[in-house]
Amino acid sequence: MKYTILVYETAADFKDRADGSRRETYWGAYRAYTHSLQAAGIMVGGAALEPPASAATVRQRNDRRGVQDGPFAETKEQLGGYYVIDVPDLDTALEWASRCPAAATGAVEVRANLSM
Amino acid sequence: MSVVGSPGAREAAERAARDSYGRLLAYLSARTRELARAEDALGEALLTALERWPRAGVPERPEAWLLAVARRRLIDGSRHARVQSEAAGALRILLEGAEARAAAPEFPDERLKLLFVCAHPSIDPAMRTPLMLQTVLGLDASRIASAFLVAPATMGQRLVREKARIRETGIEWAVPESTALPARLAAVLEGIYAAYGSGWDDVAGADPRRRGLAEEALTLGRLVSQLMPEEPEASGLLALMLHCEARRAARRDDAGHYVPLDQQDVSRWSRSLLEEAESALGAGARAGRPGRFQLEAAIQSAHAYRAVSGRTDWEAIALLYEGLVRCAPTVGARVGHAAALAQARGAPTGLAALEALAPADVAGYQPYWALRGHLLRELGRRADARAAYDRAFGLSEDRAVREFLMAAATPLGA
Repeated sequence: MKYTILVYETAADFKDRADGSRRETYWGAYRAYTHSLQAAGIMVGGAALEPPASAATVRQRNDRRGVQDGPFAETKEQLGGYYVIDVPDLDTALEWASRCPAAATGAVEVRANLSM
Repeated sequence: MSVVGSPGAREAAERAARDSYGRLLAYLSARTRELARAEDALGEALLTALERWPRAGVPERPEAWLLAVARRRLIDGSRHARVQSEAAGALRILLEGAEARAAAPEFPDERLKLLFVCAHPSIDPAMRTPLMLQTVLGLDASRIASAFLVAPATMGQRLVREKARIRETGIEWAVPESTALPARLAAVLEGIYAAYGSGWDDVAGADPRRRGLAEEALTLGRLVSQLMPEEPEASGLLALMLHCEARRAARRDDAGHYVPLDQQDVSRWSRSLLEEAESALGAGARAGRPGRFQLEAAIQSAHAYRAVSGRTDWEAIALLYEGLVRCAPTVGARVGHAAALAQARGAPTGLAALEALAPADVAGYQPYWALRGHLLRELGRRADARAAYDRAFGLSEDRAVREFLMAAATPLGA
């Protein structure tokens, strides 16, 4: 069963990505987490995303197209990346999600992928 | 004496409310065999008590108070068609009878029966602990779900399913006879230990968000050792949990960094919890019947002795682990044994013990990879150490632990 782990990070997390002393801890944590998903043979895919400031949001309403700078939602935690994993059940998916570095700082959401 | 409204009063009130709730639920469900219905009857009474008692103080007869509220709710409820069944009627008569009994100073304590029902062999092993926490302490499903990393809706469904199974399979509502007792008691104790968390090597114990259900597990542990004073393993389990609990404050330094057990500042260990632990361990030892939990507690006791002697006797700890591995060969015990061997007889011996473990058993076990990293580093196998630390790192949930591992791995290069 495939699940997507959505990684929501805080502004501080996004800052850590490029911060001199914090960046090694930040990327080291994600590198190791990704390795452990691979070592367990459950990693299907995923991506790290550029910070929310780089986002552009598109909406089409009444045949009119609107593009805005910035992310869709103005919340404290923003989507910073995602993983797709293949595990037997939701319990196992939650177990892996809890080890994601963002679980300790921001939030991590787990959803089952619809099978199509 | 804690003042009404103070945090101490809140704790005392919560303890009294859960204590009375468990006694009442055990009493009612033992007579009706209708666990879910008894819970429905008492549930709102418990919520009302948890809200009111911290402010107003614990009533003189807590059981009578809860029963009176529960009976009123049940009568209100039976105006709706839903609960006009025979079972609800029987429950109401029983509530009235219990209320009369609760006027006496001591309400009968039948919570042991309830614990044995929850840990019955026909109950899904993964659901025994959640059932105990919900029935004996009245915890709600979402709180239990968080502690066990399960989605709250899923946990709720599973609890309902197991309660239906208890009713349908007609599980005997009793403390088992002597021949069946050891195995059944082991299941009860394991259930309580599971509530304590991933055990003493749960290195993350100092983070308040991850405290989980340690407090609740201690309550259950104290309960069983009080109700079964002649069972040394019950005392052993209590001693084990108390030893771990005593070190909670020492697992982090002032800057929030993770501190491994053998480097902890012993002045941060709780003297009173250590004393309680030692007295429980001693009480168990007098029976002359050692077992898994007594051995695990003895290992913790040997670590605690560093506060007196100033050093850790690793050879003694390795021997205790050897005994533990013989009677309970869990992955945790075997990794603990390897760690003690490495300290007592050198890294190569420890590593050999680690390598005897089956790869499938350790793939997701963080302490194995952390220890492997430490030992390989000590042996100068830098690349292998780095890879092991990486695995440990990826399996850690706790930020402070990840930082600790990162600090250990960084000098090894990428």
